[in-house]
Amino acid sequence: MLQIKNLHASVEDKAILNGINLEVNAGEIHAIMGPNGAGKSTLASVIAGKDEYEMTKGEILLDHEDITELDPEERAHKGIFMSFQYPISIPGVSTTNFIKTAINETRKSRGEADMPASEMLKLIKEKAELLDIDRKFLSRSLNEGFSGGEKKRNEIFQMAMLEPKIAILDETDSGLDIDALKVVANGVNKLKNKDNAVVVITHYQRLLDYIVPDFVHVLMDGKIVKSGTKELAYKLEEKGYDWIKEELV
Amino acid sequence: MDLKDKLLTSHIAFEDHLKADSPLHDLRSNALKVFEEKGFPSKKEENWKYTSLNSVLKEDYSFSPKGESVIEFKDVKKYFLHNVDTYKIVFIDGVYSSFLSETTHDNIDVCLLSSALDKSKYKPVIEAYFNKAAKKDGLTQLNTAFTKEGAFIHIPKNKEADKPIEIIYFSTGNEAAMFLQPRNLVVADENAHVQIIERHQSLSSNAVLTNAVTEIFADKRAMVDYYKIQNDVLSASLVDSTYVEQQRDSICSVHTFSFGGQITRNNLQFKQLGEHCDSILNGITIIGDKQHVDHNTLVHHIAENCESHQDYKGIFDDSSTGVFNGKVYVEKEAQKLDAFQQNNNILISDKATINAKPQLEIFADDVKCSHGCTIGQMDSEALFYMRSRGIGEKEAKALLMYAFANNVLESVKIPELKSRINKLIANKIGVSLGFEL
Repeated sequence: MLQIKNLHASVEDKAILNGINLEVNAGEIHAIMGPNGAGKSTLASVIAGKDEYEMTKGEILLDHEDITELDPEERAHKGIFMSFQYPISIPGVSTTNFIKTAINETRKSRGEADMPASEMLKLIKEKAELLDIDRKFLSRSLNEGFSGGEKKRNEIFQMAMLEPKIAILDETDSGLDIDALKVVANGVNKLKNKDNAVVVITHYQRLLDYIVPDFVHVLMDGKIVKSGTKELAYKLEEKGYDWIKEELV
Repeated sequence: MDLKDKLLTSHIAFEDHLKADSPLHDLRSNALKVFEEKGFPSKKEENWKYTSLNSVLKEDYSFSPKGESVIEFKDVKKYFLHNVDTYKIVFIDGVYSSFLSETTHDNIDVCLLSSALDKSKYKPVIEAYFNKAAKKDGLTQLNTAFTKEGAFIHIPKNKEADKPIEIIYFSTGNEAAMFLQPRNLVVADENAHVQIIERHQSLSSNAVLTNAVTEIFADKRAMVDYYKIQNDVLSASLVDSTYVEQQRDSICSVHTFSFGGQITRNNLQFKQLGEHCDSILNGITIIGDKQHVDHNTLVHHIAENCESHQDYKGIFDDSSTGVFNGKVYVEKEAQKLDAFQQNNNILISDKATINAKPQLEIFADDVKCSHGCTIGQMDSEALFYMRSRGIGEKEAKALLMYAFANNVLESVKIPELKSRINKLIANKIGVSLGFEL
């Protein structure tokens, strides 16, 4: 589904990603782990199409189509979703209105008419129930005054509404207590099926107790230096990253 | 002959049309002298450093229409509020239009200034208030010298205007270029309530220059909400001077929505004469092209335990220019004060300019005064967030601008007006958002 080949990216002439190769197939959950400054968030942003990063080499393919020249919104329309580490707030625009706009813009890009209001309402109700979200919460201004947990839950709600092919969760666990973490992970698991895929970017193994990955990759200095199964995550939790560094030398 | 000379010369003829024994005769003559001495403001004056009227003073203006102009309601319907009943005081080329107006003398007075100036019934109010708050600067006194027509609103003690009042000044373009000087007087007696919406609208592309003066007096516990919609065509310029005087426990707000016009200058001055006054000055400016909007505000705190809140947002595109010059002046006696001033600006284009100058002059020692001023571009992280959810760049920017301006709209108390301004903003930004605002 998603193929990343020899991806190099830099910001303000500083190279951050130095040849990433990654293949994610439908139905899979991948975890990308690594120390601070390894390039984890950059990788997520580059896949989502953030302008500030310049892709200097390589390819990103979604269903065998090169998406590297596409704008962020075009990538979203094709089924890429990124959950932000720090979701922004928009005063005066409710979550409901925001997601309506996002859905209808996506439909427009496919030449479809706006989703009828009744259908939209039904979908919102269904997804809110799935994620155990009070609908009053959705009529509040997007992320304004939300707690860390509320913001992340809101991200997963948007993901549920948009039904992406591939979801990249950037440090979704950061700033969450264990209860909030469970709620968010539970939501992701409910949305996971054989036709979509999830890439979890995280610093800690903790989240992977709840979202169990099929593959774990270690990102260091802008490269994937080791890949394995979930046992690799336990080993990282136990031993840290130094042993990998040593192995590389 | 330049505009100043032309005005001075025409004043004799102007007064000839009025009753010789008009109580305002002396006032007008004195005001004219002030204007003769001071003239139009120039960029040399600190308060006019960033706004030049030179380009609009060059036109060969008519001061009064040669014939009566009639406009059909259906042609101007869109400039009125819909879905809410209002009183209306409407002028066409400076002349009162009884056909388009809906005035009242039932408990409250909502009528035209010319009749209030003429009738002995209103003499006490006129004598007590007219020209009492207006500043003695050249432009304001020029207006006083030629005061003839405008809106007169008097809400007696413990009365509430049962519906909002719309004051609309249309110019038809039947004259090649028109110079208009409307004058409004609003008096809210003790515990009186009123909501007013004012608009200047040109119906042609001929040049129009309006030098408007409004005086607002709020007695004890009175509440006055005043909304200014400035969405005129590019050939119209406006100098709007509004003076508000508040007595104890009164609450006054002035919202200024500046979306149109060539040059718009707002002089807005509040004076708090009694304790526990609250003054609210809010503004949203969204302009492009070569438009220019200048907000010059002054809140003069004289009494203890008062509050003032200023919140101005500006969005500037193309080669537009904006000015925010906001001053808070706190007298030594004005202790326990809470004065807040905020001015945030977004420059969308590289060629747009904003000159922002917040000023605090504080002579009291036990006060809370804060001010903040920001000038920035669109938040790129926020844009990326929205685009990553599938919202196109243009729509994302619109949504961000809407959000940026939104908190100023929170304090608009007339829902129909709020949704109207919402639509104007969406319109101005040039996109239809995916939901009803």
